[in-house]
Amino acid sequence: MSLPKPEVPGYASPRAALFGGIGEALRAPAWVLGASYVGFGSLVKESGLGLGFGVASTVAMWALPGQIVLVELLGLGASALAIVAAVSLTAVRFLPMTVTLLPLLRRPGLSAWRFYVTAHLIAVTNWAISMKRCPELPPGQRLAFFIGLAATLWMVTILCTAIGFFLAGSVPEAVSLGFVFLNPIYFTLLFASDVRQRSRLIALALGGVLGPVLHLASPDWGLLVTGVVAGSVAYLGDHWLQRHWLPARHD
Amino acid sequence: MTDAWPYLMMAACAAATYLWRGLGVALRDRVDLRGGAFEWIGCVAYALVAGLMARIIVAPVGPLAATALSHRLAAAGIAILAFYIVKRNIFVGLVAGVIALILMTFGGAF
Repeated sequence: MSLPKPEVPGYASPRAALFGGIGEALRAPAWVLGASYVGFGSLVKESGLGLGFGVASTVAMWALPGQIVLVELLGLGASALAIVAAVSLTAVRFLPMTVTLLPLLRRPGLSAWRFYVTAHLIAVTNWAISMKRCPELPPGQRLAFFIGLAATLWMVTILCTAIGFFLAGSVPEAVSLGFVFLNPIYFTLLFASDVRQRSRLIALALGGVLGPVLHLASPDWGLLVTGVVAGSVAYLGDHWLQRHWLPARHD
Repeated sequence: MTDAWPYLMMAACAAATYLWRGLGVALRDRVDLRGGAFEWIGCVAYALVAGLMARIIVAPVGPLAATALSHRLAAAGIAILAFYIVKRNIFVGLVAGVIALILMTFGGAF
């Protein structure tokens, strides 16, 4: 996604930084994320789950891949262990994201509990934008900018979950199926725009092949095994290639 | 599936998701991000989500099972094409892919 270059590196006050974050959110990311959450809301409706479930999952989880895994595995009647394990694997990425972002937002005198609350708002999109923008801002404005950005995206996606749910129930079936299709397309495009890292590319290709195949072998555990096997082969394969064959260009 | 089951699972998944965010706060000064563990887990997450999306497109078990495989594949192709044509704009790709699937599904139904 190409965002316009920010004109001003800093804001007049933390308050202005908060609104700067809100503006940054509404410029482009809110539209894309909003659309994909319309898709999620439609998926919830078409899967026979309730509006409260869909909205609550966006409020409490705020992680689209995990939410889709949850709905898909619920539909398959998977066991609790299989569901929580698969969702957890998609969420481990939040650990390094939080560890890299928080030092940027830190300023003297800020209590720890604020970080625990703030951490809930961290998601891929706002993390990527904040990692780029926050170093350009005075330390006192960074948290305000992040909150403005992340809370706006969070609220937009909560609203869009509900919109998607109602839309799916009020348009012809073919149209609501189109909305459900938003998410596989969203992730396909996201992956297509981010294939510079060789290990990730191998993971995508292998995961894409193993996913449907292992699902046939075990609807319950196929997804989890796909992630672990394809991910590990990609990681090890990339390292092997690095040492013996073709050093990757990015390193 | 009872009424409480999806909510129970969602609460468990929300806890499992927040766990990693909270751990990030707790361990923020004690984690070495250069280690291979994070690269590995990144690959696992990518593969898992790619596997799920491929399965949803190729062999959906949910609502999309009502659409034709050829339509889903063509719509995904159109989305990728539109994405690259319009300066890698994800929103344009999304709209193109969805409209393509809707039109093809309607076309197939009548």
